[in-house]
Amino acid sequence: MADIRVQAHDFDIGAETAKLSAARTDIGGIASFVGLVRGTASGRPILSMTLEHYPGMTERAMVAIGLEATRRFDLQGCTLIHRVGTLQPGEAIVLVLAAAPHRQSALDGCAFLIDWLKTSAPFWKKEQFQDGSEAWVDARETDDVAISKWTNPGA
Amino acid sequence: MKILYFAWLRERVGTGEEDVTLPDGVETVADLTAWLRTRSPGHEAAFSAGRLVRAAVNQDFAAPDARVANGDEVAFFPPVTGG
Repeated sequence: MADIRVQAHDFDIGAETAKLSAARTDIGGIASFVGLVRGTASGRPILSMTLEHYPGMTERAMVAIGLEATRRFDLQGCTLIHRVGTLQPGEAIVLVLAAAPHRQSALDGCAFLIDWLKTSAPFWKKEQFQDGSEAWVDARETDDVAISKWTNPGA
Repeated sequence: MKILYFAWLRERVGTGEEDVTLPDGVETVADLTAWLRTRSPGHEAAFSAGRLVRAAVNQDFAAPDARVANGDEVAFFPPVTGG
């Protein structure tokens, strides 16, 4: 069971964690990742960041990622919330929660989910700088390296 | 066929969405890209940027040799940068 949301407004990690475990006693742990907007990009201060997505495909990709993580790590549930629109430095962008009977699968499932989300869900970031200029963020090669560890178990 | 553009491709083309009728001979994503480039200077700028462009056909990532047909929804966008 994956709880998938794309939304402009902020999320409450406490409320989301409680929702994931509500009325259950079989969950051993919930691992979490919260992504935040950094105040600088390549050393330059930013004013804000704007996130765009592909309505329809983004949600489909997130559901597929949630199902894949659930299958691989025997998750008992997961939550993926990604914000869109204009965000300020320090604001939360993304929340990943992974629930499992034991800590290792919860932690691994959470790491897999955020790595996969960064490389295969259609979101794009644009940064607005203090001098009035703006620029689309380039995809990072390190994100592809991070994802390859899940596709090449021997690597 | 519905064509969608995202991020800097949308900005260069000048629209996020357009409806087109495929001419004869346009059968793959690569064919479609080559044809779209001829539609306006903005399209040319979007597809000749020397930067990587990815595509999706009916909301699934698609390779350049993927087949396309009228009735499909095809999207073009840069490599994703979410998370």
